[in-house]
Amino acid sequence: MNQPLTKAIAEQVEIIAEHARREGLDFYPTIFEMLTAEQMSEFAAYGGFPKRYPHWRFGMSFEKLRKQHKYGLGKIYEMVINNNPCYAYLLNDNLPVDHKTVIAHVYGHCDFFKNNYWFSQTNRRMMDEMANHATRIRRFSERHGMERVERYIDTVLSLENLIDPHSVFMRRDHEEAPPGQAISKDPSAPTRYPAKSYMDRYINPPDQLRSEREEIQDRQTKARVSFPSSPVRDILLFLLHNAPLEDWEADVLAMIREEAYYFAPQGQTKIMNEGWASYWHSTMMTKYILQADELIDYCDHHSGTLATSPGQLNPYKLGIELLRDIEYRWNTGRYGPEFDACEDMEARRNWGKDKAPKHRVVGQDSPGRKKIFEVRALYNDVNFLDEYLTPEFVDQQKLYHYRQDPQTGRMVVVNRDFATIKRQMLFMLTNHAQPFLYVLDGNYRNRGELYLGHRHTGADLEIKYAVATLKELHRIWKRPVHLHARIDEDHILFSFDGEQSTQQHVDEIIDKPSHMV
Amino acid sequence: MVLPINNDHQRFRKIVKGKIREDLRKFLSRDELIGREGKKFISIPVHGIESPYFRYGDNDDGGVGKGDGQPGDTVGQPGEQGPGGDQEGRHILEVDISLDELADILGEDLQLPRIQPKGKHNITSERDRYTGIRQTGPESLRHFKRTFRRALRRQIMSGLYNPDRPKITFERCDKIYRSWKTVLSPQSNAVIIYMMDVSGSMGDEQKELVRLEAFWIDAWLRRNYQGIESRYIVHDVRAGEVDRETFFHIREDGGTRISSAYKLAHDVITRNYSPSEWNIYLFHFSDGDNSSESDSRECCSLLTDQLIPSLNMFGYCQVASAYGSGNFINVLHELMDKEEAVITSRVNTKDDIYDSLKTFFTPGR
Repeated sequence: MNQPLTKAIAEQVEIIAEHARREGLDFYPTIFEMLTAEQMSEFAAYGGFPKRYPHWRFGMSFEKLRKQHKYGLGKIYEMVINNNPCYAYLLNDNLPVDHKTVIAHVYGHCDFFKNNYWFSQTNRRMMDEMANHATRIRRFSERHGMERVERYIDTVLSLENLIDPHSVFMRRDHEEAPPGQAISKDPSAPTRYPAKSYMDRYINPPDQLRSEREEIQDRQTKARVSFPSSPVRDILLFLLHNAPLEDWEADVLAMIREEAYYFAPQGQTKIMNEGWASYWHSTMMTKYILQADELIDYCDHHSGTLATSPGQLNPYKLGIELLRDIEYRWNTGRYGPEFDACEDMEARRNWGKDKAPKHRVVGQDSPGRKKIFEVRALYNDVNFLDEYLTPEFVDQQKLYHYRQDPQTGRMVVVNRDFATIKRQMLFMLTNHAQPFLYVLDGNYRNRGELYLGHRHTGADLEIKYAVATLKELHRIWKRPVHLHARIDEDHILFSFDGEQSTQQHVDEIIDKPSHMV
Repeated sequence: MVLPINNDHQRFRKIVKGKIREDLRKFLSRDELIGREGKKFISIPVHGIESPYFRYGDNDDGGVGKGDGQPGDTVGQPGEQGPGGDQEGRHILEVDISLDELADILGEDLQLPRIQPKGKHNITSERDRYTGIRQTGPESLRHFKRTFRRALRRQIMSGLYNPDRPKITFERCDKIYRSWKTVLSPQSNAVIIYMMDVSGSMGDEQKELVRLEAFWIDAWLRRNYQGIESRYIVHDVRAGEVDRETFFHIREDGGTRISSAYKLAHDVITRNYSPSEWNIYLFHFSDGDNSSESDSRECCSLLTDQLIPSLNMFGYCQVASAYGSGNFINVLHELMDKEEAVITSRVNTKDDIYDSLKTFFTPGR
């Protein structure tokens, strides 16, 4: 179905891969394929994969993408899949110079996929896995009816974001707990500070020890009788283990959960990943690849990719600029505790100028380049911005904080204050701008009801959506479901019992769940 | 080429149509559709397609942007969402749909009432439609392009093809023929005569309503019934016959004498459409503000004596008017109460259009 690469492009792929390796990029084997715009829209609708399970949602994105392309509103230049081997797609009506840019860009992504810590737990055979999911769900559709399976998938997709992207990195205590620990160690021992015997009474007062022991025992009893024993953030996993699901339903839930985990790191590293890839296409194109007659087209398309429209932040632009800024700072010694502590802007600007060596190292072996390789290996968007966003950068990039003017309803610039901007950006990126939700009780009121809680981190939940989503949740849990959320400073319990949606103030409710967040 | 996505896309379109069906009332009141033809696409917003999920409400804290500007300067468009990530347009989805598709959805629960088998044709007619291909058939139905392609492919594969002297010979196994399916389509001779009041008492809003209603009747009938003829009459104190284009776009002023239109309609019928051959439907749209009581009475006697005997149905649709008395509908009710063929409906706002259509076209009357 896919057209083979022309000889010229296949050669370019080899040449650019060689440049990329020389620059220190490290990637899985990468397979390029040529697609028509229609196919590109299809693959993009499927999240980059050639085979996905049947669902109308993909048809909807397809219609959007195709329309965008048709009216010239957006063109998908490239697409690359985190897989081993990596798959990347080129658009057949692109110019040769575009192909080269895309190939260079793709190698940046492939390096990132392979080396970034947040991708380390992703399934590198996802291409096969997705195709397996497709086959299984098709089989379920044949056996249980297309509409039934589709309706169920709708429900699960409503809950798709209720995962814990960090859980893949956790090694839980009980997995490694050595046997016999329970015997050797008093499980409810209170904290004792070391003290000479004559001081022991004062440093470890017996009353204090006793009350602490009681407290621990209380907590342990509560943990034993409460379910789950602590708040659970991977709600999909909790449902998988505890909801009354048929086998096929559990399987579908597990598949969609697996896919959500596969895509999560891409959401967590959007700015870094695109910044890194743009950094490399820009570096390699201008250093090695670009021919004189391709310059204008390259500049045109490169600046188009990095363009920022008002009120929007372009992850490509933000990422590449911040990486370049880090490289520059590490090349010029603008880092470390002294630099961070310095509040004199003039001094920061002239940092290190007095002791600057005559020939500063730049490029491949420079400390700056080494630093950004380290950054690409260890960071995700949140800690990337948290650690490397500087007041100078915010100033240089002309970032501002905007909000809606309550009088006119227009979006207006509020200020250019570094702290506000940084806080705002971190908020937008934390948990991929998804709310934090936990299972607080799986046996609420001892009636098998499900009690979720929203950990408020500065923004309220959208009520209409929350109420509708609770209904979907009920389809899975099949017993009444509750959501505890803070709306305008009030704690509200949203409930759905299968027939009726209700809301009440939490203060008025006598029954408390096992946990609170 | 059929892409795997096409199934998902078809499924999505089907769901969209279901949503449109739910909100049909709203779509019928969109006046920019007037005068469109069946194949043209229109873009309509569809709500509630996407699955709900737990998400933040509108962010009062705003966001971060990039560019020039002093505090207080406007960024972007009013009401535009901030950088909500990469999920653009998640509230409302705009879907392209053709007028024909809309008319199909509209027509699902409507039917042209009291239609009779009349005229030379049977009520159903058989039509052959070439819809597929097969390997056998008469030579006259040979599909040249497909046959040629197969022959070419066979010759290339078997090495007989010489690009310098391209010569393609068909063999029996290459030949592909068109095949047909016989479709039964109900067909009757029917004529629809639309009469519209364009007098001065009808404000712009009223004219808009009337046009919309007439437009949807027309769109639906054209889509669902074959062999329908349409005639268009506009009137103030005098009546005149116009073409479809004019009918939907004309703007006039003047007084109102409804009888003038009825006379003209009768004229048109007697000259062209014999009741024994044709199903005749007459629709009249007005604000009911006739110039005189006596003219209204004359209308009624025209209807009873001359028009109704030859009509299948007379539909009268009255829009609420700010100026007029709107009395005509009452006169009709009073004098024509017993006539089954007379159906009246009132349209006060655009939302009433759907109900009005239902009144006119309830199946099984």
